[in-house]
Amino acid sequence: MRENQNILSRIELPVLFLYLALTLIGWLSIYAAVFNEDHTSIFDITQRYGKQLLWIGLALVLGLIVLLTDSRFFNGFAFFIYFATLLMLVAVLVFGSTVSGSKSWFQIGGFGLQPAEFAKFSTGLALAAFLNRLETDMHQTRTKIISIIIIALPAILTLMQYDTGSALVFSAFVLVLYREGLSAIPLVLGLIAIVLFIVTLYFTPLYVIMGIALLLAGALFFIKRNLPNIIRLIALFAVASMFIVSVGYVFNNILEPHQRTRINVLLGLDEDLRGAGYNVHQSKIAIGSGGFSGKGFLQGTQTKFNFVPEQSTDFIFCTVGEEWGFIGTSILIGLYLMLFLRLIRMAERQRSTFSRVYGYSVIAVLFFHFTINIAMTIGLAPVIGIPLPFVSYGGSSLWAFTIMLFVFLKLDANRLNVL
Amino acid sequence: MEGNKFNERRQIITLVILVIGGIFVVRLFFLQVINQSYKLSSQNNVLRFVTQYPARGTIFDRNGELMVYNEAAYDLLVVPRQAVIDDTLAFCKLLKIDLPSFRTRFESARKYSRYRPSVFLEQISKEDYGYIIEKLYHYPGFFFQARTLRKYPRPIAAHVLGDVGEVNNADMERDAVYKMGDYIGKSGLEKFYEKDLRGKKGMKIMMVDVHNREKGSYRDGIYDTLPVTGKNIYLGMDARLQEYGERLMVNKTGSVVAIDPATGEILALISSPNYDPNLLVGRSRGKNFNELLNAPQKPLINRAISGTYSPGSTFKMLNALVALETGSIDENTRFSCQGKSSTPIKCTHSHVTPLAVHQAIEQSCNPFFWNTFRNILINPSLKGQKNALEYWHQKMLDFGLGHRFKTDIPFEVAGNIPSRDYYDKVYNGSWNAMTVRSLSIGQGEILLTPLQLANLAAIIGNEGTYYPPHMTRKIGEENDTLPARFTQKLSTGIDARHFRLVKSAMLDVFEGGGGTARRFKVADFRAAGKTGTVQNPHGKDHSLFMAFAPYEQPKIAIAVVIENAGFGSTWAAPVASLMMELYLTGEIKRPEMEKFLLENYPDPVAP
Repeated sequence: MRENQNILSRIELPVLFLYLALTLIGWLSIYAAVFNEDHTSIFDITQRYGKQLLWIGLALVLGLIVLLTDSRFFNGFAFFIYFATLLMLVAVLVFGSTVSGSKSWFQIGGFGLQPAEFAKFSTGLALAAFLNRLETDMHQTRTKIISIIIIALPAILTLMQYDTGSALVFSAFVLVLYREGLSAIPLVLGLIAIVLFIVTLYFTPLYVIMGIALLLAGALFFIKRNLPNIIRLIALFAVASMFIVSVGYVFNNILEPHQRTRINVLLGLDEDLRGAGYNVHQSKIAIGSGGFSGKGFLQGTQTKFNFVPEQSTDFIFCTVGEEWGFIGTSILIGLYLMLFLRLIRMAERQRSTFSRVYGYSVIAVLFFHFTINIAMTIGLAPVIGIPLPFVSYGGSSLWAFTIMLFVFLKLDANRLNVL
Repeated sequence: MEGNKFNERRQIITLVILVIGGIFVVRLFFLQVINQSYKLSSQNNVLRFVTQYPARGTIFDRNGELMVYNEAAYDLLVVPRQAVIDDTLAFCKLLKIDLPSFRTRFESARKYSRYRPSVFLEQISKEDYGYIIEKLYHYPGFFFQARTLRKYPRPIAAHVLGDVGEVNNADMERDAVYKMGDYIGKSGLEKFYEKDLRGKKGMKIMMVDVHNREKGSYRDGIYDTLPVTGKNIYLGMDARLQEYGERLMVNKTGSVVAIDPATGEILALISSPNYDPNLLVGRSRGKNFNELLNAPQKPLINRAISGTYSPGSTFKMLNALVALETGSIDENTRFSCQGKSSTPIKCTHSHVTPLAVHQAIEQSCNPFFWNTFRNILINPSLKGQKNALEYWHQKMLDFGLGHRFKTDIPFEVAGNIPSRDYYDKVYNGSWNAMTVRSLSIGQGEILLTPLQLANLAAIIGNEGTYYPPHMTRKIGEENDTLPARFTQKLSTGIDARHFRLVKSAMLDVFEGGGGTARRFKVADFRAAGKTGTVQNPHGKDHSLFMAFAPYEQPKIAIAVVIENAGFGSTWAAPVASLMMELYLTGEIKRPEMEKFLLENYPDPVAP
């Protein structure tokens, strides 16, 4: 128990402060977003801001429990926790209740719990525990496949709950695999695929295929014109063409109508200001109207009068943008960047692969949420309903992120004891 | 540490994170600092600029009696972009409109602007308002705005007062003050005094949420402006006289104009047929307006200022005055009359011969005035017939003929006095007194409006001077607000001595044994007048009469024109007589004459 006696002295304090700063900003922003003349007390438990304070308090308790837990527990019980979460994901499919189209909530009294939020944490643990084994090697196909299965299982279960946003978060673990030695080629190919997907939606597939043919023909001037190279180019052309043709099919037959609209709105192919485009349009108005220095605390009119939907959860960034202006948004982004860089530094100084992989999992998940959430509110990504870590309203996500972060804090504090 | 061989990849990961953060900051800089359009959008989103309409100025008659006032009504406005209607049919039922009407209204609002409010349904009564407002919360994007409607305590003087309607595109382009759905004076005094009557709009800035609920005033109202009530207009009109005249003119086509000769204020201005001004108020305005516009009797035309008539015998005094002024005749000059066998113009009355000017006016002897007119044209001091006609033409302009007074109700016309140039053109330069002989008896090309005719009576009563006739005494509560031209005394340049001669002759039209209006003499005061029976190529003669009273110091000058009514003495003279009696004595002591006029009307076809 010596380990626990001076845990506070060995904990990475800047990260703890950044965490507290973000949750505080979140709480104040939620207060501003749902501010209501009838319930002016920020502690009013009937309002979201009052509840959020309760969630924060419970999160701190959970964090403390995590810090007091033996650090070997997380490695040892990683797979147990992982499978327990998978079970919960299956259970929610059967017993869960549907909230805004997603069957991803356990409803206990007036209080909802979303297992998918915790699945991100347990997937990180499982991945770390798996890659920690001496026999694993990213160059081995077996390691790759098992890693991908560990990531894909909860992702697929989440997708089955129609919670596309949370399911997409699991793709962030590719970043972890990359750090552990996965070739960059799949990542680059993935990026190219996304670009092709977007280009194909803008232009008709035939034109895109013709464009690629021209590009590849041009490539002939820069490479050795021998048979293998020509075969490679032809193969590349065939794969790209098939991909392009399949984009139309995927887009029209596999994506849900609301997802199609969201993508169309983002690409400017559809200006549906009353429907799917409404959120983004109103969100941009709210942020844009903040100006350089903002309208001041509680002076935001866009978010306060409910023009921005989901303003306390997924669109909480609007409130910051409207009331604190460019100064506020820059500071918030700065806080996140500081947090990420700190976490990278912490991850790199770990002695054990388990701790490092887990640390990168935390970074990947937080960074993915940060990127997609803010990009969506400022119109750079389609509307994907995932919260801004530590800031958005909601108990499940706050606790999940807290546990995730604090486990890493605990591992880091204990890193010197790892043999 | 063997698993840590890829630790150089941390730099790439760090770079990716910093690039994303950088993109966000740049994007936010554009969104929040550079781009101003979102700030505007946010204002439109949450601030509702509620126009505070000023009360339109009211209109009073010369005795302080209210002629036009305002009554509360409500317009339903819509911001198309915010509008949410789940059940269109229920909404239509609530507003008592049908579905096609709903669609066209909504479409036109959307065409005007998706972001700015425009009138969806106008002029909802107080009763309907109370019922609708209770359910309006179901329909975000719709809200009420208080407006006023014009009301007329007496349904009179529609032509004079004019009407108020919604602005059209041309109005909005001409003056940026007007916004879609605003009201503007369309005719009459409402049009002429629009700028005084309309007042100044105020603006209340309200904050609203996405459900269209008002959340109080913006910044406690420091940017709000209060509406400024329009100015009241005080007329020279006597509402009682106007109403009485309109009653007498029922079933007759024509016009009555009464003027206060001392000031030029119009006491009554009647055009018949007329209409109830309340018809052109409220939601049925458009329908009623079209009905009036297409009615065969053309009730919308204000005949008192837009109708022109040959003055006939009422014009003879003017020739007499010009002749006396130029020395072409004197008060003792006599011309013989061969009655019906006179040439070139026969006489329609039988009387002793020869006559001097006094009796010639009283008897309305055509040959006398032909000779008088010829004497003007051949007067050596006027240097030839053509120059003489030019002089004569100028004198007619001095009498306020042939041009507009620029009075304060729109659509006044100039009438016509033919000029030397006109005849030179028509007769190729070869013409003389004989050619234009009709001018001697007020026929031919001469055309006068009833307003000009009444003003002639005022000029004669004033012995040569007049103020341009106008409706208004005072604008707003301050004095001396009238346009300067209405307070400028004009002169005909003819010696008052000659007017006195003509006046005395007109007195005998009432008082003399052979006067054409002797039957319409009023016991309480002495009146002077002149009948006219004007040949009308389109049908029966028009009946004209002009008069002023009291003779000693005229307080009312009046002209009556009744179309296709025959002799001036039969129809026009009694109308003038009764109206003068009412105005000067305050009562009617000849009910049988009134009864005759109310119960009979001229048959326009029978001779």
